Amino acid sequence: MVSRVIEWVDQRFPLTSFVKHDLTEYPTPRNLSYWWNFGFLAGFVLVLQIATGIFLAMYYKPDVNLAFDSVQHIMREVNYGWLLRYIHSTGASAFFVVIYVHMARTLYYASYHKPRELMWWTGQGLMLLIMATAFMGYLLPWGQMSYWGAQVITNLFGVTPFFGDQIVLWLRGDFSVGDATLTRFFALHYLFPFLIFALVGIHLVALHTVKSSNPSGISLADKDNIPFHPYFTLKDFFGLGVYLIVFCAFVFFSPNTFIEPPNNIPANPLMTPAHIEPEWYFLPFYAILRAIPDMLGGVVAMAVSVLIFAILPFADRTSIPGGARYRPIYRAMFFIFLADVLLLGYVGAKPPTGYFVPLGQAATLVYFATFFLLPFVSKAEERWMRARGLPADLQALFQQRPPRDKWNDKGETR
Amino acid sequence: MADSEILSCPNRRDFLGKATAVVGAAGVAAACWPFISSMNPSTDTLEKATTEVDVSAIQTGQMETVSWGGKPVFVVHRTDAQVASMKNSQGGHDPQSDADRVKKSEWLVVVGVCTHMGCIPAKNEDGWLCPCHGSVYDNSGRILHGPAPKNLVVPPYGFVSDSKIVIGEA
Repeated sequence: MVSRVIEWVDQRFPLTSFVKHDLTEYPTPRNLSYWWNFGFLAGFVLVLQIATGIFLAMYYKPDVNLAFDSVQHIMREVNYGWLLRYIHSTGASAFFVVIYVHMARTLYYASYHKPRELMWWTGQGLMLLIMATAFMGYLLPWGQMSYWGAQVITNLFGVTPFFGDQIVLWLRGDFSVGDATLTRFFALHYLFPFLIFALVGIHLVALHTVKSSNPSGISLADKDNIPFHPYFTLKDFFGLGVYLIVFCAFVFFSPNTFIEPPNNIPANPLMTPAHIEPEWYFLPFYAILRAIPDMLGGVVAMAVSVLIFAILPFADRTSIPGGARYRPIYRAMFFIFLADVLLLGYVGAKPPTGYFVPLGQAATLVYFATFFLLPFVSKAEERWMRARGLPADLQALFQQRPPRDKWNDKGETR
Repeated sequence: MADSEILSCPNRRDFLGKATAVVGAAGVAAACWPFISSMNPSTDTLEKATTEVDVSAIQTGQMETVSWGGKPVFVVHRTDAQVASMKNSQGGHDPQSDADRVKKSEWLVVVGVCTHMGCIPAKNEDGWLCPCHGSVYDNSGRILHGPAPKNLVVPPYGFVSDSKIVIGEA
């Protein structure tokens, strides 16, 4: 019976061939480490955010007079409302943890190289959409941090030449963040996850065209690919189990870690809290904004700091695969950059006074210098490595498949 | 080696695999519960599940409509003549004795929602007439004729004193 139904569907829709091609028999490099888990985890977090978000929207009211109380209603009176909200609020932070690790893995192994440029750029589009969604969602509880965060960020658009004031007015639909702003942020916060979902689809279509990268950095021979199921379904689910232990520990034992205390005070347009800071996942970019003394320059620097990742497929001019695994100078740059981003995050959480000002400026300089030096460093590094002789295991990889050939690989293994 | 024989035993692997799948499925099912449960009435809605009515102001022959959890409830102070005529009748196609529908014979308490399509019947001398599809109820809230299948529902209620009733708990 079941097989006859599947046959009926298959004549009209490529169900079995799709499942075989993209899931059960999808060829996956056998040497993937747990760093390759985070794309799956990001997908899981997205689905969980959409699910909890839809159920929260059944009780949330996007009206300045009702929003704060409706969140309290969800927390106190709706069955498991506290759980849905804490999963959603913790999930926002978890989403950034997961995609930042996912990005860091791509940086470490230089997976953005040809032929995976579109993976990298669609991924960057996803990051921008997730940032926008998180920012708009943060306004919805209508607490003090919500309000003043939205006030500050919408103000940033005021630096646009000539039309600054009109753009800020248009974004808010009011002279300050108000009812119109709250309602449109809610509408867009509900819309954007579905755009993200669609873009994830495109990200995955691109992935299944070029196939997964792997720690060696070269496309593997057929014999080194194994079917996705059961090997990587199991590996992904095991990683999910570990992830859920950490995630649930926060949701159940420390749910307020990611909720700023001032956000438990209803929004007051007439009083700014003594110290406002963005959510942790925006702190490095916020530190860059504050590092530039000029307002327009600060906003431009912050925007560039997010978008500049797009140049990496061109800026990293090496032909040595595997990223930091085989390239000692690239590896050093990776860890310096990582430490620098953490430092920027630390500075972003501190008031902009005293030695935090020059510290933030120095860290900003290092941040951009990494990107601008990469084209020269990567070339010089390759010359130096080839003169010195490539490591034995890399040499073996090259003999298995010469580096020039690796770009001719069509990604089709069968 | 005995160990490797145990490890390669396909039955044990099957069992472990299936056990993992069952536990995982149970976990997913359990995780669905908070979502489903959140759509049930919240605790503040449940608090509205009882309504107190002071009946001392309702004169003989009068009716008051009160809200019980968002639904109209008819509290009728029946005349002696109405009580007497209801006692002698079994109603229409959902027969029931009047004594089974009241706690004190002069007080009739019924949910004012037509059992046909949920409209609110209008009161008249002889009972109720539903404006939507013409169902006719008598002064005991019993269906006499029309499309409604059942008598008007008697909610759980009780007299906490001679002049006060609580609807929602018996």
